Amino acid sequence: MIDTKSPSATTTRAQELEVVPVRNYGRWVAAIASLMALVGLVGSLAKNDNLRWDIVGDYLFADLIFDGLATTLWLTAAAMLLGLGLGTLIAVMRLSSSPVLYGLANAFVWVFRGTPLLVQIIFWGYAAALYKYVKIGVPFTDITFFQAETNALLTPAIAALLALGLNEAAYASEIVRAGIQSVDPGQAEAAHSLGMRPALTMRRIVLPQAMRVIIPPMGNETINMLKMTALVSVISAHDLMSNIQDVYAQNYQVIPMLVVASIWYLALVTLLGVPQAWLERHYGRGTTRAGHVSPFRRLLGGTVERLGKNSKEQSR
Amino acid sequence: MSTPMVRAEGVRKHFGRLEVLQGIDLTVERGQVCCLLGPSGSGKSTFLRCINHLEKVDGGKLTVDGELVGYRQHGDRLHELREREVADRRRDIGMVFQRFNLFPHMTAVENVMEAPVKVAGVSRAEAREQAHALLEQVGLGDRAGHYPAQLSGGQQQRVAIARALAMKPKLMLFDEPTSALDPELVGDVLDVMRQLAADGMTMVVVTHEIGFAREVGDTAVFMDEGVVVEAGDPRRVLVDPEQERTRAFLSKVL
Repeated sequence: MIDTKSPSATTTRAQELEVVPVRNYGRWVAAIASLMALVGLVGSLAKNDNLRWDIVGDYLFADLIFDGLATTLWLTAAAMLLGLGLGTLIAVMRLSSSPVLYGLANAFVWVFRGTPLLVQIIFWGYAAALYKYVKIGVPFTDITFFQAETNALLTPAIAALLALGLNEAAYASEIVRAGIQSVDPGQAEAAHSLGMRPALTMRRIVLPQAMRVIIPPMGNETINMLKMTALVSVISAHDLMSNIQDVYAQNYQVIPMLVVASIWYLALVTLLGVPQAWLERHYGRGTTRAGHVSPFRRLLGGTVERLGKNSKEQSR
Repeated sequence: MSTPMVRAEGVRKHFGRLEVLQGIDLTVERGQVCCLLGPSGSGKSTFLRCINHLEKVDGGKLTVDGELVGYRQHGDRLHELREREVADRRRDIGMVFQRFNLFPHMTAVENVMEAPVKVAGVSRAEAREQAHALLEQVGLGDRAGHYPAQLSGGQQQRVAIARALAMKPKLMLFDEPTSALDPELVGDVLDVMRQLAADGMTMVVVTHEIGFAREVGDTAVFMDEGVVVEAGDPRRVLVDPEQERTRAFLSKVL
């Protein structure tokens, strides 16, 4: 029988009750234990004389390091540009209805994605052993428009750029293709029905929407590229890692020099997050109703986000 | 009598082995509103898409304003048009889609301005002014700066109509413009279309709105399985049809 009149504990008004959150004792213990481990690790690193922080300090802002940084940066930028440009071309070829273009694009991706980057870098570094001269002319005739010695053209930096850029193109083409295919075909139809030609439709309607899908993985690719430039030290392209190796080959301070390299790579990768967040915001316009998170907030990561969480939820 | 706006003679279309259109004959005169009705899969949307060459016609003859769709005639040879030539001919045929297909990365006013600026070469200032006037005309003057995601379905569809009108089309195609809308939003879109018809726009409308077809349509065309079953005055075809098939369809949707 249900008695609705008589007061009981269950009918007390909700506001008067105290809410006790779940107490995760296990989680607290785990947090304390891992914090202690971290403090121990940092402490032992700080006290370890073999780390030689004085050498880290000496070289962190050395000219040689800045020269290497400059090479690493332009190599990253140029290889990404080459990769994205060529990758977009290959993506369009793979979406083409011509079997020849499609096949060529597939073959390119097959080769450059299917062999190790390190192998490709060394290959380009030693390409002069395969062709002593580079000639451009009409095949099977003596007509030559351009001729040069391979070694003069393929400096270590150019070889590094080719290796990184061509390899990147293979990956970028897949990302761009996925981006283009993610756009609703109705968008292109709407553009066509307004009289927009195919190239204009691609540039104004399809690609800007594809960018939303393309940018996050391309951001990853850029971060990867920045770090993969370290591989070109095998052909001494004078990037950051090459110069670091040159130094520790002389002073034998391998670990301190690797710390210098790590600090710079970490700093650059962190900075790369800013333009990525900015681009994501730019191409994400129109997709959300709520306000956007500024790049600086993104850079500072979870902390600010968590502080701002309440106000953001209210605005949704 | 002037050339009809749309003339179809024995238009055929197949997807693989499936014959979607099996010889469509149809004429839409200038200033007329022609409503295409019929069950799903009857080929009415495919036929509409053939009119602006979003689908390629496989047989028969289809002309818009006296010009062959998708081909150029030289003597007794038909030359297929290049994509850019097809695009140029689509300029003055407006189309409204069931799923709106607004450009999500542009605001309402930018959606409407896009084609006049990029295709017709109108100056941005002039296009903006015209776009605002068109949005006003469809009752969305205060929504110009909104992105499509911030608009209701009915509002999006009215922006889509304004976008199509911005190219000053001589013919408007509507592909089930109200089918994706909540029932209470249908009225606003139909009102805009009613006004367009009253202003003398030539329209071909694929629709399930029998009431709209009866009230606004100059002709109603009932299609089933890729053929025209019955065509004529909507007040006859949709009230007292001659064909049994039409009658069966109407009894189900009314």
